[in-house]
Amino acid sequence: MHPILAAMRRNALGPALIAVQIALTLAILSNALLIINERLVAMARPSGVDESRLFVIENQWMGKPTDVPARVQTDLAALRSLPGAVGAYATNAYPLGERMWSFGITLDPDDKSTQILAGMYLADSNSLRVLGLQLIAGRNFNRDEVQSYSGLFSTVQPPDAIIITRQLAQQLAPDGNVLGRLATIGFPPTSGSGSSVRIVGIVKSLQIANVDAAGLPQGPRTSNSSLLLPYRFAAADSYYVVRTASPAQVGPVMKAATSKLYAVSRARVLRNVESLSTARRGKYRSDRGQVIMLVAVSAVLLAMTAWGIVGLTSCWVNQRRRHIGIRRALGATRAAIVRQFQAENLLIAVAGIAAGTGLAIAANLWLIDRFQMDHLDYRYAVLGAIVVLLLGQAATLWPALRAASVPPAEATRTV
Amino acid sequence: MFGYYLNLALRSLQRTPALTVLMILAIGVGIGASMTTLAIFRTAAGDPIPAKSAQLFAPQIDICGANCNRRNIRTDDGIPVHLTYRDVRALMRLNAPGMQAAMYSTGVTVTPPNPQLYPLQLEARATGAAFFSMFEVPFRYGAPWGRQEDAAHAPVVVISRALNDRLFGGTNSVGKTLRLNTEEYRIVGVIDTWQPVPRFYDLSPGGLNSGDVLFIPFTHAVDMQLPTNSGLGCYNPGPLTSLSSLQFSLASECAWLQLWVELPTAAAVQRYRQLLTAYAAEQHSTGRFRSTPRVRLRDVKQWLDYNHVVPPEVRVAVIVAFALLIACLANAMGIITARFLPRTGDVSVRRATGATRTAIFLQSLVEVALIGVFGSLLGLMLAGLGQQVSRLLLPVNELELVRFDGADVAIAVALSIMTAILAGLYPTWRMSRVQPALQLKVQ
Repeated sequence: MHPILAAMRRNALGPALIAVQIALTLAILSNALLIINERLVAMARPSGVDESRLFVIENQWMGKPTDVPARVQTDLAALRSLPGAVGAYATNAYPLGERMWSFGITLDPDDKSTQILAGMYLADSNSLRVLGLQLIAGRNFNRDEVQSYSGLFSTVQPPDAIIITRQLAQQLAPDGNVLGRLATIGFPPTSGSGSSVRIVGIVKSLQIANVDAAGLPQGPRTSNSSLLLPYRFAAADSYYVVRTASPAQVGPVMKAATSKLYAVSRARVLRNVESLSTARRGKYRSDRGQVIMLVAVSAVLLAMTAWGIVGLTSCWVNQRRRHIGIRRALGATRAAIVRQFQAENLLIAVAGIAAGTGLAIAANLWLIDRFQMDHLDYRYAVLGAIVVLLLGQAATLWPALRAASVPPAEATRTV
Repeated sequence: MFGYYLNLALRSLQRTPALTVLMILAIGVGIGASMTTLAIFRTAAGDPIPAKSAQLFAPQIDICGANCNRRNIRTDDGIPVHLTYRDVRALMRLNAPGMQAAMYSTGVTVTPPNPQLYPLQLEARATGAAFFSMFEVPFRYGAPWGRQEDAAHAPVVVISRALNDRLFGGTNSVGKTLRLNTEEYRIVGVIDTWQPVPRFYDLSPGGLNSGDVLFIPFTHAVDMQLPTNSGLGCYNPGPLTSLSSLQFSLASECAWLQLWVELPTAAAVQRYRQLLTAYAAEQHSTGRFRSTPRVRLRDVKQWLDYNHVVPPEVRVAVIVAFALLIACLANAMGIITARFLPRTGDVSVRRATGATRTAIFLQSLVEVALIGVFGSLLGLMLAGLGQQVSRLLLPVNELELVRFDGADVAIAVALSIMTAILAGLYPTWRMSRVQPALQLKVQ
């Protein structure tokens, strides 16, 4: 221990620089790991539907046709008849899409504060099968419960039944035991005070349409607070969701579907024709970008730090050839010399990690303040510290081995 | 003398090629990363209309009164970003000391003249004739419509160059008709490439992301009751009978319109502010509000700031890049130190043969600066690469417009030379303090 400290005290600049580098690397690395993890967790949230077999077509009628419900039925029949397609329905929103309707729902109509905002999907009796949702309690919509609905400002009978997600059930009642109970929902919006409906089914999970909106003032509080209403959406602008027999058929069926729909009628605009896998990629594009950027930055940073340590330690070895030679001549083994340099680096790294942890926490607090980021979990700091420590040891190895190869005869030379 | 120093520097760099490469790499990577993100940041936070940003103003009126839920308003001061139809109508009728243009974005179905093409759904901006002169929109063919067309609620349209290319193969389409929704519009002008970034006059998200490719008279859009594309903030909606009743009713308190005023002088700004305040007070006295609503008047830069236009991803990227730059500098400094300190031997020889301390210091500085130059070259190359990569990664549409200009290059070179000199200052100084006699004795 003593020779290490003595050597460092005599030439403090080199070790200090290595410590500073380690501290900076740790501060950046642990915060980068935190952000990377945050993004990966967000990206991994399941939508609850069979994404690989689904695609969506947004259909907009030209002019103001009066027979939209009949046209939608014709379109759906045409889509279902496509080879490779196994189901289709018309709706207002789809998971991983951009648009979302959200309305309040509560079990206690007298207490407005119990109201929970939920993402709303219009669905018919096919929808559960098309989306691949897992019903964990209750039943699906009956055919005769499904009405046609032509838009937010049109008048319509209140729904007879609703299906909600398990998470929404737990939000409504802590025990989640809401099957068969009456809930009050703010739908249809023209009803004013809302309408009373029976919860007939509970599905395992279904993500709200615009997941980014979760937690925002006008959005649901969690990304799984969704419910299904028994309406076939027959508005001027609506989505057709189509399920294919296998994931490989999504592309071909999607192509065939647009030509088929144009063959039925040209007086329309078809846009946002996309598979749900594409929708997912688009939705998380910026998250993925951030992850790639941070991984690249971290890799570059680690490489730079490693090279820096190699460079500095090598120079230091060169400076102390005589000193090493004397130690060798006095009986120190090669292994002892390697150990000396490794121990030196360990000491420096520990100092750097101490400073770096402080710096990491400071940077994290600042990021929380500015960007509402999560608190730095100690696990990231520990993981970062371990990585930096191992990196330091690995980077020291080569110069240390070179030091060990200094012959004892060096002690007798003047340089 | 400089030539001699340069020669010495080059020789000395060649002596330790690995360390030299490492130093250049350290500086280059740091500069490359920070230049890339800085260019993105400048684009995202840039001035979209430099010539006029201090003369264009957006008025605001706080229609969210006592019973209104402010949680739904995302601005810092809780004032709705947009204006109601009734307020826009009233403000347009004020005897304002400058041009005013009201506007909103709507989706229209375009039937291409070529029957082979399928119909398109595109974003159209409903606004007044003043829009084109206020925002200095360049025209390729034709001209904007005039006040007469505004007054006549005429079905005329100005289209973008890109749409003209798509529908008419780039030929002069002025005078032709274009079917929007179910109506024929006469094309009066084709604008040249024009895309202010960010689109300061309407920062609302959503819409069709196609950008503004069609422009039609506001008065005509109101006649046709064209629906707004980008959300309606309703604070006292009244009966929900139809979207157009929410938008255009003089009773509903739904804010969804943008209004811009051109106020060329300080006196005009002052005058408009007075008019706006007086209007708000009058609305209170007629019983519409329980107290006099707050009013605000912000110019383009204040408006962008107020709306937080720079996306947080970009800010985080800038911070990360600069943290990387600092780490790279610490690294370069370490290597430079490590490289210079053992060289006291040959410095002693030069000192003993007559070189002054200043000469040694300057010569070492030349060497470090040279590293900086090479570092900046590498940094610029990396920044060019980073620019390509960042386009793929970040979601901001405006990134397509990220460019490096001469100033960026100058900043990069200056920054990296400064960096290198800063990093080399201490070791260089140490070297120049070498006592020749002491060192030579050991030799």
